[in-house]
Amino acid sequence: MDLAKQIEPNADTARRRAAGLLARATKDELHAAWERLPSRPEVTPVRGPETGLVMVRGRIGGGGAPFNLGEATVTRATVLLGSGTAGHAHALGTAKENVRLAAIFDALWQEPGTRDYVEAALLAPIEARIAVEDRQKAEETAATRVDFFTMVRGDD
Amino acid sequence: MYVAVKGGEAAINNAHRLLADRRRGDRSLPSVTIEQIVAQLGLAVDRVMAEASLYDRSLAALAIRQSRGDLIEAIFLLRAYRTTLPRFGTSVPVDTANMKIERRVSATYKDLPGGQLLGPTFDYTHRLLDPSLLTDEAVEGPARKDTTGEHAVRVSDILAHEGLIEPDGEFAEDHQAGDLTREPMEFPMSRDLRLQALARGDEGFLLALGYSTQRGYGRNHPFVGEIRIGEVEVELEVAELGFAVSLGRIRITECQMVNQFKGSSKAPPQFTRGYGLVFGQSERKAMSMSLVDRALRAEELGEDIIAPAQDEEFVISHSDNVQATGFVEHLKLPHYVDFQAELALVRKMRSDIEAARKGDRGEMQEAAE
Repeated sequence: MDLAKQIEPNADTARRRAAGLLARATKDELHAAWERLPSRPEVTPVRGPETGLVMVRGRIGGGGAPFNLGEATVTRATVLLGSGTAGHAHALGTAKENVRLAAIFDALWQEPGTRDYVEAALLAPIEARIAVEDRQKAEETAATRVDFFTMVRGDD
Repeated sequence: MYVAVKGGEAAINNAHRLLADRRRGDRSLPSVTIEQIVAQLGLAVDRVMAEASLYDRSLAALAIRQSRGDLIEAIFLLRAYRTTLPRFGTSVPVDTANMKIERRVSATYKDLPGGQLLGPTFDYTHRLLDPSLLTDEAVEGPARKDTTGEHAVRVSDILAHEGLIEPDGEFAEDHQAGDLTREPMEFPMSRDLRLQALARGDEGFLLALGYSTQRGYGRNHPFVGEIRIGEVEVELEVAELGFAVSLGRIRITECQMVNQFKGSSKAPPQFTRGYGLVFGQSERKAMSMSLVDRALRAEELGEDIIAPAQDEEFVISHSDNVQATGFVEHLKLPHYVDFQAELALVRKMRSDIEAARKGDRGEMQEAAE
């Protein structure tokens, strides 16, 4: 493990969370955060954005041995900021511009000077949106839950 | 001698131009958009994704539009497209226990943790055509209710507590999940490969085979332990990061079929299982898949192989509708030379038989005189 991970044991968890949220970002969310960025970094594309496939696996019986369910389109990008920080992004689908921006924000998130901005302007709103959407769906599903009741038959 | 014949170029070009015209149809009507197909013909999109074995709603919708709604043609288009893309990797297996559930029903337990959640189902509708859909009447939004927060435990885990059901299918530690898209098919095949083939198999074919098991052709006494539909995270190990990241969510349908099993020379009496997992919302397909998965385990469980649904080579070799349509439909392509050869052969056989018959008659006449 590199030094950064020794100093900050939760670094992986935090970056995983950021990457997961960036993968869910909409075009509007990314563009808005990019437009409002106080100073735009110099960005060099390293790889992509490019679209390919990921073989999605399931497990036999739900929890058994893995099997190949089928593929999904995935777009990925790697960029290098002028400061030397590399950013990576991966997301389902074929939205190349979104993923390129997500990679830039992944790099900006790693830099102490811009992390707070990325958190406040992008990650927090995405997280809040997903929470609202999930809650709405869960409540809509809950309304279709069956309440069983027993019919009392006979006189007594 | 082989004579190549060329021709038909102008006819083909004009046929494709005509196809494009008919696809667009009446120009006084607005053109259907990809977003509309995704939003309003979502289950057709799901079927195309499942059988093309490629999860991408927009591309599936594009294929449906391009194919004029011919879903097998759309599946073919999407399969062809996937061959143009590189593969970045293999996901961490999706965790259906932590699905964001949109529908979940069990036919084996009435009261179970998480409850029976009907979700957006056609079940219990009266199957009467709805005239309000002839026009664009406003549709009221869904009802909402507070969630209980109860975790929807998998039914197979509930049954596992009693030890009356076999565990989830396992292989030896060193077993690598096979991939039909990378290696040629060989029989007999392991259950992981069969499930990959069934997950992309034709819904109609699997439905008919599943139905055949219910009607007695390889009966396996099924109960729907559970069907769940919802979204799961797709995670990929990223080499540059050294850990798995979420790429987003996909919607899938899972069916756990629980089957009565009297026991055999190889296993004690217990419940056995068939498993179905399909891209999108497709419970007919997931149920059919789990029936066929269970039927194809006949040999593993020491059952007699007496029915088509239990015949692995028959089922798996014929489940792919792109392969099937390719071979069936190639019959309409020019076979002029083959047919001429057959025609000559039949003429020759006829004339030989007639000559022989004449010869016989001649002999009989001679004998009579």
